[in-house]
Amino acid sequence: MNNSLVVVVLASGVLYGTPLLYAALGEVLAERSGVLNLGVEGMMLMGAVMGFWAVERVPGPTPLVLAASIGVAALAGAVMAAIHAFLVITLRANQVVSGLALTIFAGAAGLSSYLGNDLQLSGKPANHQFQEVLPSSWQNLPVVGPIIFGQSLLVYASWVCVVLVALYLTRTRLGLNLRAVGESPAAADAMGVNVSRYRYAHTLIGGAFAGVGGAAFSLSITPQWVDGLTQGAGWIAIALVIFAFWRPTLCLVGAYFFGAFTALPFALQGHGVTVAPELFQTLPYVATIVALVLVSSRAARLRFGAPAALGLPYVREER
Amino acid sequence: MRIERRLRQPWWLVVVVPVLSIAIAFVLSAVVLLLTGHPPLRSFHRLLDAAFVANGALSDTVVSATPLAFTGLAAAVAFRMNLFNIGGEGQLYAGAITGAAVGLLMAGSPSPLVIAGMIVAGAAGGALLAAIPAVLRAFFSTNEIITSLMLNYVVALIMEYLIFDSHSYLRDSSGFQASVFPQGKVLPDHASWSSWSIHGLVLPLGFLLALGLAVLVWLLYARTRFGFEVQVIGDSVRAGRYAGMRTRRKILAVMCLSGAIAGIGGASQIGDFRHQLDPPGLRGANYGYTGIVVAALARYNPFAVVLVAVLLGGLTNAGFTLQGADFPAGLVGVIQGLILFCALGGELFVRYRVRFAW
Repeated sequence: MNNSLVVVVLASGVLYGTPLLYAALGEVLAERSGVLNLGVEGMMLMGAVMGFWAVERVPGPTPLVLAASIGVAALAGAVMAAIHAFLVITLRANQVVSGLALTIFAGAAGLSSYLGNDLQLSGKPANHQFQEVLPSSWQNLPVVGPIIFGQSLLVYASWVCVVLVALYLTRTRLGLNLRAVGESPAAADAMGVNVSRYRYAHTLIGGAFAGVGGAAFSLSITPQWVDGLTQGAGWIAIALVIFAFWRPTLCLVGAYFFGAFTALPFALQGHGVTVAPELFQTLPYVATIVALVLVSSRAARLRFGAPAALGLPYVREER
Repeated sequence: MRIERRLRQPWWLVVVVPVLSIAIAFVLSAVVLLLTGHPPLRSFHRLLDAAFVANGALSDTVVSATPLAFTGLAAAVAFRMNLFNIGGEGQLYAGAITGAAVGLLMAGSPSPLVIAGMIVAGAAGGALLAAIPAVLRAFFSTNEIITSLMLNYVVALIMEYLIFDSHSYLRDSSGFQASVFPQGKVLPDHASWSSWSIHGLVLPLGFLLALGLAVLVWLLYARTRFGFEVQVIGDSVRAGRYAGMRTRRKILAVMCLSGAIAGIGGASQIGDFRHQLDPPGLRGANYGYTGIVVAALARYNPFAVVLVAVLLGGLTNAGFTLQGADFPAGLVGVIQGLILFCALGGELFVRYRVRFAW
């Protein structure tokens, strides 16, 4: 039963969806503050390469090394996000261009590849990696075994993050202020909320999440370092945020949906059914466009749409 | 520290700030090199040599610059109207697909006719793809950044499907080799675009086309009513509408123009350089995304776009030439990114005056 198509696809959907989920959660936080960061791919790659570096070079028992690596990956992502934050918040640069610049700077032909070469990381398997943590008797349970119990700590931690981010956005003073900053920075400013500080903080946290998402590739899925390891996952994460209407819980659903679509063609091949994987993989992107069009009406946009101030610099003197 | 908007921008700032930005970017790159134990001056010297000075280097640089000039112009055209078409990548693929298809279909026709057909087909392919986000934006006010971005992936996957996973017309189906290593059908010789050589500098037709388009785009925006209206709408949609300008039509026209330019860039890839549809090569090059960077660096000025394309093309070309044990891979991307960061940051000093007051 656990080898049936549905179970296999769902289980690998969770596996492949996890990096997307982390990155999308981070992007939700950044975009909710009004900062569009198209540099997710670059931040993920930096997280992947630095996380892998830490796993190779830090001595100690596996759990400690992995924890340190996740910390390093988050830091690498946050440092990259800080460049973007400085340019678009302090220097009021165009957010689209700055985000793309970040992807070029840190991306597959940029800093991540440079560091991967310079630190001689490519071509070897990770010294430590995230593995299934629950007892194997649980993992052998029908259906839920492979899908839910057969996952690594990174997956369980991502569920905690979803809950925390969701509660943060809807149930805390800070989260409500954050949403005010993203919807109407002038009003938030008048309330006494420091717009720049909120935007900086959440762009950086967003970068940290993206870094962890990248590390999910180099420490769990692959687990090794090659140039351009994430293969466009950062872009999918950006699509996912829109697909999920900027809501963390829907990010969870969307991430596994996108993840399952990556895995499905190969699983089908295993069952003797041949579909063109390329055409199949276009479906999530088309679905995102359709979802976006559906919520484009004025009324739906107020309820489900992007934060109203997304992409706009806030200048107190010019409001 | 206070930041005030400049009421008028001195003309020299527009030149001095980008030049200083590039200088600062190289200083920062030198810091990266020093930190990782490479001698910066030697690396830069080799970079300059491989990009512009060495025998034949400039011709290779023009090859790398051509697609960037197209995608840069495509981005500049749309961004002028505050339409963020980041689908240049996909529109270039679409132009490459249609351009290659027409090049193969017209195999029997005389060469100039084939070339003209490929250019038109490339433009049509790119424009048709760009029409999707344009219609969605004009009639449903759907954000064009995301839709054009999503379409990049859709077209990239379709392109790979055509070559790797189907028995399409574009795929080479002759012989055993082709069935094991799928690749695009090679175009006949007379579908190769011409090139001209001046004192050893080879100028492909695509590059000259890009130059011509730059002139046309400049004329369009600086000398026609259409261009004026586009810029008014770009500055304020409401002002445009109150003045009776047709914003929907402008959105459609500008997006399709932008897509068509990127599409010709795709056809030029096939006709000038690759002579077959080559999905991994096109995808790996990221011409569309880099084009946006080119347009931003050029401050959306069409002539500056061509100039910046040559500069960044030179860096890319040098990266290819020098790739090896002692020239760090990824350095080129780092430098390109830093140049862009500095140029973006420098923009503040063009638009604003920074006063230090205590």
